[in-house]
Amino acid sequence: MKKRLQGFCLFLLFFSFTSLAYAQDEIRIGVIFPLTGPAASTGHVLLEGVKLAADIVNTQNNLNMPLAKTIGLPNLKGAKIKIIPGDHQGKPEIGMAEAERLITQEKVVAIIGCYNSGITATASQAAERYGIPFVNDSSTSPSLTDRGFKWFFRTTPNDDLLSENFFHFLNDMKEKKKINANPIALFNENTLFGIDSRKYQEKYAIKYGYPISGVVLYPAKSTQLTSEIQKLRSYNPRIVLQTSYIADAILSMKSYKELNFAPDAILANNAGFIDPEFTKALGKDANYILSREVWAKDLAKNKPMIKTIADMFEKRTGKPMDGSSSRAFTATIVLADAINRAKSTEPAEIHQALLETNLKADELIMPWDGVKFDAKTHQNMLGKGIIVQVQNGEYYTVWPFNLATKDVVWPFPKWEKR
Amino acid sequence: MEGVFIQTLVSGLLIGFLYALIAVGLTMIFGMMDIVNFAHGDYLMVAMYFSYWFFVLFGMDPLYSLPAVTLLLFGLGILTYYLLIKPIINAPMLSQIFVTFGVLIFLRGLAQFLWKVDYRMIPQTVLSGNIHLGDVYIGIPQLTAAAGAIICNGLLLWFLKKTRLGMALEAVSEDKEAARLMGINSDRMFALAWGIGIATVGVAGALLTSFYYVFPEVGANFGLIAFVVVALGGFGSVTGAFAAGIIVGLVEVMSGFLIAPQFKFMFVLALYLAVVFIRPQGLLGKK
Repeated sequence: MKKRLQGFCLFLLFFSFTSLAYAQDEIRIGVIFPLTGPAASTGHVLLEGVKLAADIVNTQNNLNMPLAKTIGLPNLKGAKIKIIPGDHQGKPEIGMAEAERLITQEKVVAIIGCYNSGITATASQAAERYGIPFVNDSSTSPSLTDRGFKWFFRTTPNDDLLSENFFHFLNDMKEKKKINANPIALFNENTLFGIDSRKYQEKYAIKYGYPISGVVLYPAKSTQLTSEIQKLRSYNPRIVLQTSYIADAILSMKSYKELNFAPDAILANNAGFIDPEFTKALGKDANYILSREVWAKDLAKNKPMIKTIADMFEKRTGKPMDGSSSRAFTATIVLADAINRAKSTEPAEIHQALLETNLKADELIMPWDGVKFDAKTHQNMLGKGIIVQVQNGEYYTVWPFNLATKDVVWPFPKWEKR
Repeated sequence: MEGVFIQTLVSGLLIGFLYALIAVGLTMIFGMMDIVNFAHGDYLMVAMYFSYWFFVLFGMDPLYSLPAVTLLLFGLGILTYYLLIKPIINAPMLSQIFVTFGVLIFLRGLAQFLWKVDYRMIPQTVLSGNIHLGDVYIGIPQLTAAAGAIICNGLLLWFLKKTRLGMALEAVSEDKEAARLMGINSDRMFALAWGIGIATVGVAGALLTSFYYVFPEVGANFGLIAFVVVALGGFGSVTGAFAAGIIVGLVEVMSGFLIAPQFKFMFVLALYLAVVFIRPQGLLGKK
């Protein structure tokens, strides 16, 4: 009996060694997203974006994209990427704890995350402390790259640039469609995302000469938004600039309809308004919303690779690709490319390789001019946004006009006339 | 401005009735056996999923499936009592808290496992549309929900005060031992209280589903408010919960409108704190 037990122990020991040996052939990348909690639906979509990118790197694909044509990372003897997910539940303190867990226990070489700006802020602090590269795929609060962190990189364009896009769009609309866009009111949720957006919306409203008649900030976890919308209505806005996550985006649209509130345009700050759940949950009530976007499937008109990737994504998940998953995908490709060029899993080498990143527009599935990080802030300097509109339940690019696949519907039709 | 004010007032009232209905079950269970059901909001979530699935699988509008959902939740309440609550009824408070908190985590996890994290919504129900009175718009689903909440609360009060069974429930809640001496089976009364308490969130969930989205954590937002309502109305007081629900609905909406929306929960919770300091037993609670 004792012998058999010893044998069993030896077997276990042997088994654990083999698994350790195996572990060295894989590059462990930590990914922190909201996999439970109010933003969980977005979190899973983001994770799938990352996993799809990892699969493309790990297998052979005929795509014009870094690492697609080879198996694994060629400079690291074909080592494959292994994604280790973490769940921050929409809570900053848990985001930080998850980053620590991934670094100290899971021994990841880099982290991607965390969607919610407020959580990216805390999780990246943990990465900074341990000296592990942190690639942020989809948090757009400008302050994140203003902190001067050494290990923090951001691929997505931030709210500063994307907020300015709104006013370029309005200027173009004035010129082309002779619209009246005064006054504007802001309707933002009150965590870092909404508060930061407000700062930039106000900055550019002043710069481009659009008066703001009022600002309404609301708690994102509201069970109802009636008083907020009443307040908004009392400012008589022609245009509402709205910043919401998915739950409150759905709730606000329902309440607009209930209270019959229909300004000329609702210009949304992506996030909740471009989540696949948004059109699914609201059906035709989602129509005519304008949102800034970083991605749309119809961009494939100019870049066929986008359709290939989007179809792959839809086939695996049953959900359409969106601005969140495409950015998570892109951040993963950027990171994998850097690790491959670093020829090492040493944090310092990866850091240097990230700094030297230089991807071209046609290697990306984004409407960007490329990926190249600013030497000081580590913000991707070549990012660019578009504006989409929901028409018949689908997102279409309506601006910039040269990329548009549909004409913009303006003004937002009254609820009773739909 | 006046129209906007009235509109806000009406909206506050409508949601207040619903808060009251959600809180009534919580306060009843507490009043009967001094157990705080932390999973209360999550039973609401379960009810909403039931309504949603009745719609998707059988094409039944949430309004028509309401009796079925209520019955299912009644059963679930009784099941919860016999499986989980009965063994800990005389246990220390901490164990009781852990049990109901465990139910909360279990239900959320189960919902996420079974139905994933998607936001689900019934796009068109028989109740869609709104009524237009001057400057005031009232959503028909919201109005129906408020009416349903009033009826349900009324029925519950009638049941507790006027029927023999209801009076037996009240008796057990007043004094368990004395009731037992009078030949009332307190065990069955407890089970009944759980059944009814959970059935009321069944009604609330069914009503809510015609205008609110469903996802695994939808109970969290409503659960927190239910606790404030119960504390404000007085632990164990059904009429108190009804009044408090309306007050919380109005305070939330009016402070959001008149002061600033980002602080609306602050006012709701400040109200709660004020009650705890000035009148710890709540508005209509017994000392």
